[in-house]
Amino acid sequence: MTAPTQKTLTASRAASNKASRVAWSDRVRYYLPTLLIFFAVLILWESLVRAFGVKQFILPAPSAILEAFFGSLTQMINLGLYTGAEALGGFIIGCSLGIGVSLATSRWTTARETLLPVAIAANSVPIIAFAPVMNNWFGVSNQFSKMAIVAVITFFPMMINMTRGLTLVEPSALELMRSYAVSEWTVLKEVRIPNSLPYMFNAFKVCSTLALIGAVVGEFFGGTRDALGVYITQEAAQFRFQNSWAAIVIACLLGIGFYLIIVAVERLAIPWHASVRKTDQ
Amino acid sequence: MSVVTIQAVNKIFGKAPNQTVALQDIQLEIEQGEFISLIGPSGCGKSTLLRIIGDLITPTNGTVLVNGKPAEKARLDRDYGIVFQAPVLFDWRSVEKNVQLPLEIMGKSSQERVARANQMLELVELNGFQKHYPYQLSGGMQQRVSIARALSFHPQLLLMDEPFGALDEITRERLNAELLNIWSHTKTTIVFVTHSIPEAVFLSTRVVVMSARPGRITQVIPIDLAQPRGMETREQPRFYELVTQVREALRGSEGIK
Repeated sequence: MTAPTQKTLTASRAASNKASRVAWSDRVRYYLPTLLIFFAVLILWESLVRAFGVKQFILPAPSAILEAFFGSLTQMINLGLYTGAEALGGFIIGCSLGIGVSLATSRWTTARETLLPVAIAANSVPIIAFAPVMNNWFGVSNQFSKMAIVAVITFFPMMINMTRGLTLVEPSALELMRSYAVSEWTVLKEVRIPNSLPYMFNAFKVCSTLALIGAVVGEFFGGTRDALGVYITQEAAQFRFQNSWAAIVIACLLGIGFYLIIVAVERLAIPWHASVRKTDQ
Repeated sequence: MSVVTIQAVNKIFGKAPNQTVALQDIQLEIEQGEFISLIGPSGCGKSTLLRIIGDLITPTNGTVLVNGKPAEKARLDRDYGIVFQAPVLFDWRSVEKNVQLPLEIMGKSSQERVARANQMLELVELNGFQKHYPYQLSGGMQQRVSIARALSFHPQLLLMDEPFGALDEITRERLNAELLNIWSHTKTTIVFVTHSIPEAVFLSTRVVVMSARPGRITQVIPIDLAQPRGMETREQPRFYELVTQVREALRGSEGIK
């Protein structure tokens, strides 16, 4: 067995430096096709709408949507902030509850075995159907009614994923901890929780999308004019579809932003996980 | 003083009529500083026996003493280190943090943890890899980290459950030599579960041959190869004689095949 020499270490470090130097061109090469397709679709869309004279209430041209978007940019941003706050608030409540319940049940097998099937069943219920009920309970113009919808929607995926992460632990890892004669609390802290983090971030990603859907669809059932969902339906009702589309653009940007923040936090939090780590080693 | 004393141990899994006798009437005495291999066909209960010594499994009846104490007391006192077939490293901990895990649990100061981890990584020839993460290491290197972790708190007894079973032959032979080196340096008593006859003969002071269904000890073969052993040991005629002896004992233990 040869000892790892300083030489091999320096070599591997040099390799990773080189990797960061070429990273830029790699990144461009990686994202370029995506960007090209995105713009190609926009151009195709624009030219088809013009060529066939598609009525704007059926499908407005991208240029019309952009015009509407930038024409009332402040209003669009305010709509985004209003609904974004609902989505974020509900996301925080729902995910916290989901994490809390799964932490509690991970300690007691019986609690988990009775609760998990119920949770999985509840997860397949189209929870958005409760939106009118929530509006009724908490008041249609109260932002909390939308947060409640979002919280209920995000709770189950969070809880189910988190519970998987806490329980799907390598059996020999548990044997190792048993050989150290540690408490269940230490096993939770040292093994189960770190093991669950990739599952948690996966759930965050799913829930971020669900949160926006929940907030916007909740608003379809009523709310103030400050809300994206209300704006979309009202503008559509008055055949100002380019405005509805502009609001949809804001909803998309919110969703993408939300997702990207989660991905960024994930990279910082679990750099060791296969889904995140760099593959240049 | 004997480090491990096993008296009349039986282990039965399941309930009648579907019960399996995993271990039957096991008697074994392991002295300080010995290197004992448990060898036998799959299902002979060798891993179960190892886990019973470590109090990871409770025997159905019989007595197990480790360092003169009941096995449970010895586990609670953290009297042994353990290495599994998989390295069982925590992906979220760097190499040095993995090695330090038992020391953290035992509440050692960070200064002592760093010093001991460095010392152990030196011992397994992984100095310089402190800040690496498990995924950046090869299988053989990961297993060496796992050995460093098991020895970091200087246990008197090291339990190893087919630690090199998943490695290629070349790496396995290297790690065998390295393990012997560690054993002679640390004077740790080692109980080693394996499928490999040459591995058992090369490493051990005694080879315990087991048979399956029910799991019993059929023969204990002393290995009188000179210490220290090295690559040349494998080429000695005595090595081949002992390999043959263990092979015949295994064959005998399974009936005529």
